Amino acid sequence: MEKELESLKYLFKQEFSKMVAVISKLFGLQHIEIAEDIVSETFLLASETWGVKGLPPNPTAWLYTVAKQKTLHHFRRNKIFDKKVLPEIIARQELVDDAEAINFSQENIKDSQLQMLFAICNPSIASEAQIGLALRILCGFGIDEIAEAFLSNKETINKRLFRAKEKLREEKIKMELPPESEIPQRLDNVLHIIYLLFSEGYYSQTQNQILQQDLCLEALRLGLMLTAYDKTNLPKTNALIALMCFHASRFNARQAGEGEVVLYEAQNEALWDQALINQGIYFLQLSAEGNEISSYHLEARIAYWHCVKEDTPEKWEEILQLYNALLMINYSPSVALNRTFALYKANGQQEALAEAEKLKLENNHFYYVLLGELYRNIDNEKAKASFQRAWQLAKTDTEKQGIQAQINRLTDEHTH
Amino acid sequence: MKEFLLLFRQSEYAYRELSAEDFQALLKKWQDWTGGIAAQGKLVSNGRRLSTEGKVLKPGGVITDGPFVEIRERLGGFLVVQADTLEEATTLAHGCPVLDAKGCVEVREIVS
Repeated sequence: MEKELESLKYLFKQEFSKMVAVISKLFGLQHIEIAEDIVSETFLLASETWGVKGLPPNPTAWLYTVAKQKTLHHFRRNKIFDKKVLPEIIARQELVDDAEAINFSQENIKDSQLQMLFAICNPSIASEAQIGLALRILCGFGIDEIAEAFLSNKETINKRLFRAKEKLREEKIKMELPPESEIPQRLDNVLHIIYLLFSEGYYSQTQNQILQQDLCLEALRLGLMLTAYDKTNLPKTNALIALMCFHASRFNARQAGEGEVVLYEAQNEALWDQALINQGIYFLQLSAEGNEISSYHLEARIAYWHCVKEDTPEKWEEILQLYNALLMINYSPSVALNRTFALYKANGQQEALAEAEKLKLENNHFYYVLLGELYRNIDNEKAKASFQRAWQLAKTDTEKQGIQAQINRLTDEHTH
Repeated sequence: MKEFLLLFRQSEYAYRELSAEDFQALLKKWQDWTGGIAAQGKLVSNGRRLSTEGKVLKPGGVITDGPFVEIRERLGGFLVVQADTLEEATTLAHGCPVLDAKGCVEVREIVS
């Protein structure tokens, strides 16, 4: 029973985004709540009916039939009301009176989902709200799950989603693909949201590992969706997919139970998912077409090198140059720190220390962890002081424990 | 923050005689040096490298193949950095590979 419930939950989640996309297209995005309600009612009826009679032979077809009936019913029930207040819907309504118009074919589901993806990733919605909306509408996550992923509460998430939907209405965002000439530019925003979704899962503070993994796999699924359509199947799309595959391949090796994160150096590479690594390599090769080198290209190649456990001078030289190039496109303190670590591995401790001292990222605990590492054996007093500063700035207990271990290690080396 | 142009001048152009390995090593020096400026968040534009060939137009329609300036030095390329003062911008120029080849870096503020 437990297992059956789990698989129902999975089915609903999977079908939620498909059905909402198809139905929203009929009602228009400004009435997205109607589509959500119809789908939720369908799931409710399914749980009740299936609980008594058992699963139908084809649960998905069952869901589509019921959703279709409910959509038709909704249109008929509201026809008189809508005729008075919403004349613009009439034309559509007449169309929908024909039951054939509600089309849950694979083709229409695919098209509607892609259009929904572009609509939700419209640059006029603030990105935080966008991620929430994407999780809800495109990935079928429940409000409680979204709240958990953001370490927030249901009310905050509901408010955020409400505002995002209001924005959809205000901006009169339509469910359609942008004109062909605008796709490359609009695609950037879509890719960015998928990237943020993935990062939300990968670096999430939540202790719920299944949820983290789900988030990442959903982001990967959305990325793969873009490859089904020529105009969006661009090298940068493939690069982003490669990047996500390489990171996701280390999921199992990263976890040590109790939500503790195993740092890269200590990971058991036998736990790396070779199938995902191979998939990443496949998409990395596809991404090499054309002249554009996006930040996803550079990050994917860095992630690829991290899937090669063996430390060679070639590996670190490659990583260093990739970080050098990434900094030119996209400066961020964490890229600067990673670049300096790569410099240490490729060019040695002295040079990296001199470069690290110039960074002056004085509120960043990772900066002091790096300085601590670089001062080790050159000036152990400064190394210790750096780790202590890092400890003061660290935000979580797990981080503080890790840093304390470094301080202890340094003190032990000193006394022996 | 102000923006500054770093101009690389050097007199020798022996790139073509460099072995593949030496060229690779020189490339790495440049990449690591600009990467270091970018890591400080102070790189505005990675600029462009200039080809060694060019023409000079002089008054009276006289065209020559150079020299581009009166001394035997040529402009090799440039990049744009940001810094608070001319002194700070000059500090960023330290370590530039052009200095190893007896060239020099000219630092000039871009007046906005």
